[in-house]
Amino acid sequence: MNILSLFVVVPVLTVIAILFTGGLKGTRIVAAIGMGVQLLLAAWLMYYYLSLKGTGDLHEMILVSDYNWFPTLNIHYTVGVDGISASLIALTAMVIFAGVFASWGMEYLPREFFITLILLATGVFGFFISLDLFTLFLFYELAVIPMYLLIGIWGSGPKEMAAMKLTLMLMGGSALLLVGLLGLYFYSAPDGGSYTFNLLELSKVHMPYEAQRFFFPLTFVGFGVLGALFPFHTWSPDGHASAPTAVSMLHAGVLMKLGAYGCFRVAIFLMPEAATEMAWIFIILTSISVVYGAFGAIMQKDLKYINAYSSVSHVGLILFALLMMNKTAIDGAILQMISHGLMTALFFALIGMIYGRTHTRDITKMGGLLKVIPFLGVMYIIGGFASLGLPGFSGFVAEMIIFFGAFQHQDLFHRVATILVASSIVITAVYILRVIGLFLQGPIKNEEHLKLEDAKWHEKLSTITLMVGIIGIGVLPLWLSDTIMGSLQPIVDKLAVYLH
Amino acid sequence: MTDYSYTLLIPLIPFVVFVITGLFGMKWKPIVSGVMGTAGLAISFVLSLLAGYQYFFASAVESYPTIIPFNWLWLSLTDTLQIQMGVLLDPISVMMLVVVTTISLMVHIYSLGYMKGEKGFERFYAFLSLFTFSMLGLVLSTNIFEMFVFYELVGACSYLLIGFYYEKPSAIAAMKKAFIVTRFADLGFLIGILILSFYTNTFDFEKLTQPGSDIYHNIAGLSFMGISALSWAMGLVFAGAAGKSAMFPFHIWLPDAMEGPTPVSALIHAATMVVAGVFTVARLFPVYYFHTPDVLIFIGYVGGFTSLFAAVIAITQYDIKRILAYSTLSQIGYMMVGLGVSGYGGEAGLGYMAGMFHLFTHAMFKALLFLTAGAIIHAVHSNYMQDMGGLRKYLPITHITFLAAALAISGIPPFAGFFSKDEILAAAYHSNKLLFYTEYITAGITSFYIFRLYFGVFWGKNRKYEHKPHEAPLNMTIPLIFLALASTFVGFIPFHNLISPDLKPFATESEPVLITASVLIGLLGIAGAWVLYKKENDMPEKIANWLGGLYTTTYHKFYIDEIYMFITKKILFNLVARPIAWFDRHIVDGTMMGIGAMTVAVSDKIKRFQSGEMQQYAFVYVAGAILFVLTFLYYFAG
Repeated sequence: MNILSLFVVVPVLTVIAILFTGGLKGTRIVAAIGMGVQLLLAAWLMYYYLSLKGTGDLHEMILVSDYNWFPTLNIHYTVGVDGISASLIALTAMVIFAGVFASWGMEYLPREFFITLILLATGVFGFFISLDLFTLFLFYELAVIPMYLLIGIWGSGPKEMAAMKLTLMLMGGSALLLVGLLGLYFYSAPDGGSYTFNLLELSKVHMPYEAQRFFFPLTFVGFGVLGALFPFHTWSPDGHASAPTAVSMLHAGVLMKLGAYGCFRVAIFLMPEAATEMAWIFIILTSISVVYGAFGAIMQKDLKYINAYSSVSHVGLILFALLMMNKTAIDGAILQMISHGLMTALFFALIGMIYGRTHTRDITKMGGLLKVIPFLGVMYIIGGFASLGLPGFSGFVAEMIIFFGAFQHQDLFHRVATILVASSIVITAVYILRVIGLFLQGPIKNEEHLKLEDAKWHEKLSTITLMVGIIGIGVLPLWLSDTIMGSLQPIVDKLAVYLH
Repeated sequence: MTDYSYTLLIPLIPFVVFVITGLFGMKWKPIVSGVMGTAGLAISFVLSLLAGYQYFFASAVESYPTIIPFNWLWLSLTDTLQIQMGVLLDPISVMMLVVVTTISLMVHIYSLGYMKGEKGFERFYAFLSLFTFSMLGLVLSTNIFEMFVFYELVGACSYLLIGFYYEKPSAIAAMKKAFIVTRFADLGFLIGILILSFYTNTFDFEKLTQPGSDIYHNIAGLSFMGISALSWAMGLVFAGAAGKSAMFPFHIWLPDAMEGPTPVSALIHAATMVVAGVFTVARLFPVYYFHTPDVLIFIGYVGGFTSLFAAVIAITQYDIKRILAYSTLSQIGYMMVGLGVSGYGGEAGLGYMAGMFHLFTHAMFKALLFLTAGAIIHAVHSNYMQDMGGLRKYLPITHITFLAAALAISGIPPFAGFFSKDEILAAAYHSNKLLFYTEYITAGITSFYIFRLYFGVFWGKNRKYEHKPHEAPLNMTIPLIFLALASTFVGFIPFHNLISPDLKPFATESEPVLITASVLIGLLGIAGAWVLYKKENDMPEKIANWLGGLYTTTYHKFYIDEIYMFITKKILFNLVARPIAWFDRHIVDGTMMGIGAMTVAVSDKIKRFQSGEMQQYAFVYVAGAILFVLTFLYYFAG
């Protein structure tokens, strides 16, 4: 069996194993083992990829394997990874691993919870290994649907409403996306022959410009909804606020990246001319996302809302960078996917842990918590520093690469947009420091909070896992950046053919 | 060729100490962290002195070399543009090594006494080490991006240390202010770097500052809004420098920064953070001089204005740390003036040399002033001059050391400040008369406000103190004595043999008229303070009343803080952020919800069809069938 398929098989086996265990204790141990294996597998994949490239391997994708599972329509199960998807798989493995430990105390229907959660992760892993657009779409839907159950059943606040809103908006995006994918499919055989969904083969076909102009915006917006593209981002604050901790982590950390990854791998890569032509519209929208999200976060009172708006801003930056369509900017975008994935997962984990203790997420009702729960408080502050782009953390690296990449465009429009977007580093500092100042520092506002306990071992494990990634990339970014750049080279070469 | 690779250890040791104390400090006795931090820094200090000796004095040279003993590829941005992290040694960076480690070591030793028993002692030492590391990294940067990295880190460290007492609301406000104001300035720095690196395709200082290099041909001729692109870039870089150096209008964070423990103020004001901006301008001086002289003289004017402006405010303040904070602004302004009026090559480089010289001497006496202020506060338990008076009897060592620092800042020979300040005035005199007179007047104001402080605290009215003030312990007074000796004697170091913009030693001539004039104005200021404040009397109050609104405006620091508050709170928060939040909830989300509601409404209409009534089903069925048949006939028969 192909080794990449293990990324789907291991979670499925974990789900089956959970079916045969009962109770919270057994379930969480099985889930932890399963996701631990997955993490090791991801680490091995990264290592294998790097050592293979070290020997001068020139294939665009490695570990490719193919199985035609629906010959009538020529739909395949094709898998393969390059440096980009391998690093995103590593991200997913870290986030879900941390997510399992963050849900260690899930007492309500634990078995069902972990099954649904891991199913969701299966979808994500499948998405990243797929090279066949139809299979990719199936995995994508597999990732979106469990979300409804997870929020609707294990959520908090107006959870049914939030779950419905989130699902419907993402489904709306999927509908656009499906049309876009079908468009790609039906234009895949200009000289006769059979249609294909295969990403690599599609990239060799030149889609007529008229068709690109129609299908590019559909595909980009379709994926963009998941990437919280303005003005289709409103599912994000409500959805995140109601979702249980691990789901918020996985959703903001990984699922939003699915959108961005799709925008890049499918929309821009396969329809480069329309992308160049229409980039300006989306550059405006994403610039708005970045600044607007940051401003939106300034006045919020709920910790999760703050982080949700912050995600709108940070993921907007990813889409913005992708639209710059040069190697440096896209490299920065992918680093930002990983960086933001780790940071936001860390934040949601911490928020969940703090909420579990204080039973409120309203920052005006808390104060001085740093003294009572130093571990969680310090982690939140370090996470905040990472989020506002302090050197030594991954966010800084990604943002800087993006700014330098975007600045390669010489015209006034791109320059103004870049400077506008760069100004978000100040606004981000404002809202992050405001939050820290309000609920971690200052005097204790609620006497009850003096009795809180600091982090337990599984909470420490969960947050430290993510923190290691954030600091690792921040201090030593070269290897990851070069890995991504290496995989980008053939893509950028292909784009260059169509760009003037 | 001497091997300088050991200089890498100078920043690295404090960093390692930070990591160790940061991770394990909580588990140990607090004093372990303190001793470890101090010992680590002592090693760095010795290594810096060694580097200084080897670099400047071990061999006679025509021109000082620029040495890069270590450079490590950190990230590559494009195929040609790469970011390195390394160590660059040239006269100014070696000098800064000595300054930073000296002051930091003194602060470390002093804090062993000052911070004793404070909650968070180990945290304090961890941050001190990190702060020192960041500043050392900044001065050793080989390229402008590396410098930006350390700019950010220095900003974060100041945030952490200013907010050391994080339960105090005023400390929280001050720490946020320091970070956000400098971050805003750093945004300018970043955009400046973006422009500069895009057109020159390099970050390296060596390439950027090479006189007559051709890397600027891509940017030549480009302009935006009537100002050349390179001027924009260098001006924006200066904005970042102005943020760190607290030049007007970014000065507002510095006076509030005294919310941190006093030793931190000494560190921020003397050796780290605020001199970073001056250092940056000095580092890029050839670029300013050869390519953007307009920006260079602008820097001079900003410095000149800030120095006068801050000195005037300092006269009216009562909080002794606040007076010293405004004094720092004023003195940093001097350094900027020195750089702004400087030329390049030989004697023309006097201003540059004097600016760096003043940085050096100022570091000594300003650290001393803050540490003595700490000793005073320690003794009296108050920051305010009104609570002090006649302290010379109780605090003899503090008194004498403070006096040495006060004479140094007033520019009275033979104290250190005299030499450096005199050279700045000389340089300004020969190139820009307006700046010369500004700085000349400021010199008088400086000696006035510092002796107002001196007389007010150590002489003036003898007060009854609840607890009899007592002299600080030995680990606090030793740094004071060391720095007092430095403030007295470092002026005799022949700086013109060490530092110049073109790295070549040059000769200076002394100008007796200027020297006499500058000493006279210093003495005049002291005399004024002596008359008004030596013995308590009502003259100062009368003058204040006579000045009326002018006094109040100055006392309120020209309302700059209020203007900032208006812009941030009223405009950004209430007119931008709040409306955006509302717009998002009600308009954007409202539209989405509207679409959702519409589908619900439509389906609500549709679902009436499924009423379960047989007749209705039958009716719909028959009507539909008829419609279908009619349509069919219409198309095919028609």
